[in-house]
Amino acid sequence: MPLEAVAPAYVDESADAGEYLYTLNFGPQHPATHTTLRLILTLDGETIVKCVPDIGFLHSGFEKLGEDLDFNQYVTVVDRMNYISPVANEIAWHHAVEKLLGIDLTPRCKYLRTILAELGRINDHLLCVGAAALDLGGLTAFLYAFNQREKVYDIIESASGQRFHPSYTRVGGLLNDITDDVIDKIRAFCAGFPKVLADVERLLNRNKIFVDRTKGVGVLTKAEAINRGATGPVARASGVVRDLRKDEPYLAYGELSGSFNVVASIGGDCLARYLVRMGEMRESAKIIAAAVENLPAGPVNVDVGDRKVGIPDKASTYRSIEGLIQHFELFMWNRRFPTPTNEVYGANETANGELGFYVVTDGGGKAFRARTRPPSFVHFALFPHLIEGHTISDVAAVLGSLNIIAAELDR
Amino acid sequence: MPYLDTLTAKFPTAFRTEAFRGDNRIVLPGDTAFANTFPLLKCLKEECGFDFLSDVGGIDYLGYPDAADRYAVVYALINLASGERVFVKAFTNDPDPELPSVVPLWQGANWMEREVFDLFGVGFPGHPDLRRILMPGEFVGHPLRKDYPLRGYGERHNFPTVTRADS
Repeated sequence: MPLEAVAPAYVDESADAGEYLYTLNFGPQHPATHTTLRLILTLDGETIVKCVPDIGFLHSGFEKLGEDLDFNQYVTVVDRMNYISPVANEIAWHHAVEKLLGIDLTPRCKYLRTILAELGRINDHLLCVGAAALDLGGLTAFLYAFNQREKVYDIIESASGQRFHPSYTRVGGLLNDITDDVIDKIRAFCAGFPKVLADVERLLNRNKIFVDRTKGVGVLTKAEAINRGATGPVARASGVVRDLRKDEPYLAYGELSGSFNVVASIGGDCLARYLVRMGEMRESAKIIAAAVENLPAGPVNVDVGDRKVGIPDKASTYRSIEGLIQHFELFMWNRRFPTPTNEVYGANETANGELGFYVVTDGGGKAFRARTRPPSFVHFALFPHLIEGHTISDVAAVLGSLNIIAAELDR
Repeated sequence: MPYLDTLTAKFPTAFRTEAFRGDNRIVLPGDTAFANTFPLLKCLKEECGFDFLSDVGGIDYLGYPDAADRYAVVYALINLASGERVFVKAFTNDPDPELPSVVPLWQGANWMEREVFDLFGVGFPGHPDLRRILMPGEFVGHPLRKDYPLRGYGERHNFPTVTRADS
């Protein structure tokens, strides 16, 4: 097989043969795509006969950068993958790195990361539900959702100092511990959030326009979901009851597993995906409430210890020779982390599904290969299967229910 | 691990196993991987219950310590009934790196194999639509190969410059 670039075969020749078919270019700049992605639709009247997605507009070589930057620096890039819930990406990345280095986090760090990951999930689902409603004509639900997203951003800003891309996690811990002010904000958010969810449900669940446009549209059967690799809410809405938080408990999910349930449905259509996301937000709020009340005291970063992988706190960096040397060893470009010559795969259940990182190291201070398993990429590959046979107005409904984030799709 | 007994009985010399931090890997060396990858994955899917393909990713081992083969494609499989994971790593080499496509087994492999083809130049005979996916169609080279420079080849110094006098 030659390795030269294959000429793009955007449109099927056989479709051109039927003269009544015509081609519509959907995106890359279209309000319903929300991000930069393009669909080449072959239409018979209003019915979509064939759909060819064209992606790569936002490809910026993240995985190549992952081979150049060290584990702490790459966090700033991982942030930009799913920029709707950046903290969840950081936690997933450092989960894989810490698995590779064999670091066991402190209990306080596990709980804090659990809270942040769930806030990220709520943030992501709110955007997905709000934007899906917006595309189908329901502006009010969108405004309610974005109002709550501001509150989540406020919490993340108080905790990390950055609003949108916090780069908050570090190998073996977090940038800094949180203050009581953050705890108060999280408690206030947990108290007010279920009421807003109820409002959104009242706006959408029995809304005739919303239900008519989502029910029975873009149906994904259970067998197809397994065959095509769907994970997260998309798979659970099709009856694949799999959630890494329960199946492979990481962080504090094992200890908190009594406080939440896995939400699933057997509908498989856009409405089921919307309902699963709404249910997951309720469960996330429960996890956050339980984690905040059980938040352990103690240090947030792992002890430096003998293995020399923990980042020393600022006080010991500035006031002790051991701390200064340790800091120097980890951060100088020619020193960095002591790594094994091996590879691991670490995955987290993020809002969109299984976000995994396959990290290979060769004994040097950074990753030899940092492969991302992006959920959006797998879910967008489903899109032609879901949309073919539907009308062009259903594109907005199906795209909105899959929550495609193009930056994660293209990396 | 019962799947290992099944695999050893069917493919006694095709693979070796590795384990690290709880990840179990089945490694197929480059000289025999092309013949064995598809039947081994088919056996894992149909006889050992690994029905879910979660990921197909490429790795270029150029310059890796003690690496015998250059390109690897890692298939991450999950047994949905038991939650068990296994990673099948098949090696392939220049000048014609290629592995059989697993799209007949899992539709989900379609775009992932296209990505490996695009970024590493590993071909997948049997793939229904093998063309570039992330890079533009006319792009030359495979960016995630280790011998491809971080800053690319000549995208920047080819830009025409406009001097103040010309403007």
